[in-house]
Amino acid sequence: MKSTINVFPLRAIRVGFLWFAMLCGAFMSALYAQENPADSLKLINLSEVVVISTGRQLDHQKQRKPLSTLDEFLESSRSINMVKRGAYAWEPTMNDMASERLAITIDGMQIFGACTDKMDPITSYVDVSNLSEAQIGSGQQGAAFGNTIGGGINLKLDKSNFKPTGCNGSLESAFESNNKMRVFGGELNYSDEKFYLNTDGIYRKADNYKTGGDEEVKFSQFEKYNFSVNSGYKLAEGKSVSATLIYDEANNVGYPALTMDVSLVRAVIGSVSFNQDTLFGNFSNWESKVYYNTIKHVMDDTKRPDVLIHMDMPGWSETAGFYTQANFNKEKNHFFFKLDGFYNKSYAEMTMYPTNSNEPLMFMLTWPDVRTKDLGFYAKDHITFEKASLKLSTRLAYHSNTVADDFGLNSLKIFYPEMEKTNTRFLKSFSAQYHKMLNDFHFNGGLSYGERAPSVSEGYGFYLFNSFDNHDYIGDPNLKTESSAEANVSITYKKSIFEITATANYFRVFNYIIGVVDPSLSTMTIGARGVKIYNNLEYTQLFNASLSGRYNISNAFKLTGNVSYHRGVDNDGENLPLISPISYRSALDFYKNQFSASFSVEGAGTQTNYNPAYGETKTAAYATLSASIGKRFFINENNLFVKAGIENILDTYYSSYTDWNNIPRMGRNFYLTISYSIN
Amino acid sequence: MKTLKYIFAIAILSISFVSCSSDKDDDPIISNPVEGLNKIYEFTEADHSVEIYTEKTSLEVGYNEISIRIKDMTSDKYITNAEATWMPMMHMETMSHSAPHSMLSNAEHNTVYKGHIVFQMASNATEYWDVTLNYNLNGQAVTETHEVSVIQPADGLKKVQVFLGSDAVKYVLAYVNPKKPQVAINDFQAVLYKMEDMMTYPVVENYKVTVDPRMPGMGNHSSPNNQDLTYNAATKMYNGKLSLTMTGYWKINLKLLNESGDVLKGEDVTESNPESSLYFELEF
Repeated sequence: MKSTINVFPLRAIRVGFLWFAMLCGAFMSALYAQENPADSLKLINLSEVVVISTGRQLDHQKQRKPLSTLDEFLESSRSINMVKRGAYAWEPTMNDMASERLAITIDGMQIFGACTDKMDPITSYVDVSNLSEAQIGSGQQGAAFGNTIGGGINLKLDKSNFKPTGCNGSLESAFESNNKMRVFGGELNYSDEKFYLNTDGIYRKADNYKTGGDEEVKFSQFEKYNFSVNSGYKLAEGKSVSATLIYDEANNVGYPALTMDVSLVRAVIGSVSFNQDTLFGNFSNWESKVYYNTIKHVMDDTKRPDVLIHMDMPGWSETAGFYTQANFNKEKNHFFFKLDGFYNKSYAEMTMYPTNSNEPLMFMLTWPDVRTKDLGFYAKDHITFEKASLKLSTRLAYHSNTVADDFGLNSLKIFYPEMEKTNTRFLKSFSAQYHKMLNDFHFNGGLSYGERAPSVSEGYGFYLFNSFDNHDYIGDPNLKTESSAEANVSITYKKSIFEITATANYFRVFNYIIGVVDPSLSTMTIGARGVKIYNNLEYTQLFNASLSGRYNISNAFKLTGNVSYHRGVDNDGENLPLISPISYRSALDFYKNQFSASFSVEGAGTQTNYNPAYGETKTAAYATLSASIGKRFFINENNLFVKAGIENILDTYYSSYTDWNNIPRMGRNFYLTISYSIN
Repeated sequence: MKTLKYIFAIAILSISFVSCSSDKDDDPIISNPVEGLNKIYEFTEADHSVEIYTEKTSLEVGYNEISIRIKDMTSDKYITNAEATWMPMMHMETMSHSAPHSMLSNAEHNTVYKGHIVFQMASNATEYWDVTLNYNLNGQAVTETHEVSVIQPADGLKKVQVFLGSDAVKYVLAYVNPKKPQVAINDFQAVLYKMEDMMTYPVVENYKVTVDPRMPGMGNHSSPNNQDLTYNAATKMYNGKLSLTMTGYWKINLKLLNESGDVLKGEDVTESNPESSLYFELEF
């Protein structure tokens, strides 16, 4: 059926890129061959960790912009890009794949957004004040966190963990000039060997931001606060219980790229866990957790001018779950086992108010109370050899979706008269990752296979409007399981003062789920161009490659850089949407005697591979410059940290491929952060 | 395994118990065949009375399902051998005409004579409807005529269309079901009559009515998987499917086609033609 002509020059690109990487590596290694290797046995992983923690003093200097939003932190990761619909609640993408294809957890907890329009990626329900780090696993290396295609992100909460630090606290505040963002935060902690209690709170309020050239972006304001409490109690040596509670609320969040804003988003996230150092003698680090979270998300268009039909669109998502995990070491084998499960309830409705107020309200269920059950088992064996290691992992999961609401079931039956109420799948994931060290070279290669079930919107969404391509979307409960075969390779040349890494990965995603236009259907949203039904494409191909390096010019100066290439096409050779053009980032950092400074450049090439069928237009190339300086002062026992900087120094007017409807990004922005910690 | 067997046994037992008890529950329903209906008229004579029931609280323009019971005062029982027939009449200032109607039948419950009338217009100060009933009472043929009031539906929605087809025949098309529309694929039902003369309205058989529901308030949004109305000889009605994707005001655009597929009335809905001249309206 399909033509066999493979016009896609993936192979050529891949080969070319690898050659380039190797040439660079060889060239560079020749230059710095005289340098001595310092560390060598440290394993290099394709996974990445982004340090977030604001409260920990030592990390402060390393961050170019403390108290920035979590979104900005994640964006600084080389494997994550953020899709933006405004100034707030950006959606993380990894390997050019977004939410549905990623497993994103908070401290191992599954959380699902309550917004049918993806206005609330779960990364919006925590703040930097809660977190210590983001653990990132590309492709199936993220399967520890759940079923995934593109990768996994676990946002790790910040805990004192029985460190004998006693009482300490800090106060933080920041101001940003462009959107007049005010940030106030503080934390109060107590920790000894038997008990710890961490509390923190943060409040952010921002007005509309301005683009380069001082153009105001209307409806880009937001206000948000977040509180969290973490506590642990040691029952006996090697045995402890801990509990977590996060409350997050945002109000009046503008989404300039969408037709609606959000009046309220509220998340309550709680968990209780039990930790034991050993189990049955052989197992170690046994951790078990039960958790529950509930999210309410209310969209609102009452502040927008020229609204044809006023709509109310509230959504709810509730998840309860558990996991229990332990390590097991036997000679060269380092096993990790995890059993996890969750139950999610997703419900969203839409009420439209007709222009003629004598007519009845128009009501529909956009998420028909879908109950998702998932029970999974994950196992990993990390086998270490001399100067090499092999990581084998698997995830096996039972996954089912049930439409619990009859109104919703009957609605979907308009499209699928024969549909079943419940859909059950068995999901599998396998991965093998090999690491080999040869002198100063690290070689990493891996092959893996993974599967995922359709998301609630993909399976059961009912007239969900997507303003990116201006189409209404309808789910298909009979979608096939999406699966992906992935290969990755990376080469690192590492010296103490110098390091360069070339990585590339290739995904062949079968039954790729994407909306396809059905011209026979009539739009619901006024002004929409058409209706798309989620569909399985036979397969798609995604290719990502990056080259990154670090060079310690001197003890004080450090130069880093990263350039990446991405490509995604479907089985007809058509471009997939939201695929990054060539992008790059480089920074020069200085740190000496509690004084830090940085200068960085970030940019992207012209987006040549775009697809108008998905509402994309060609995004022009851009580059922005940023700089910051910071200084730590010691006042008695306490310390004061001040950091100031400028982003987009040249006040460039630009937007990137991820910006919905090409909403321009923020123009020149000055920021100042002050943090005072009391020990 | 053993417990499983017990569970099965209990399950089977409880199912049979449930089915037994539901059989018994049916009896009281049979005993009151007009349960849930409204008695809108009661005409009392010396030896008998006539009760008229409808689902709504009054007769309305459009399709009306009507149930009639005749009570014999001497035996205090509803009679089952009345062989009732009826004839609705509109008395206008200059002329009179009848209305499309079915036969009366007591096949469902032998004490209840059921049928329907499609009233084309409302009664007013100078023009009125009456219904002539013919029936047997204890071997005696009785004929009586009662004036009834027919009002426009309170919601003001169009549920009946009286029109001249392109074949120069006058037709009456009336909405029957769904009475309670759902966001779902609804079973759609309508009746189609033609006017032979002022007094004769035979059922039109084997024509077709195309169905295109639209929401004018939502940019003329439409729905998929509708099914044209086709004739069902058993019920003498037209059956089809009506998909409604949300609650609200819907205009059901229709087109009447004869047996050879000629359009007798109605137009396709297009960008330039937002509605058909043949339609029903509904709200829920």
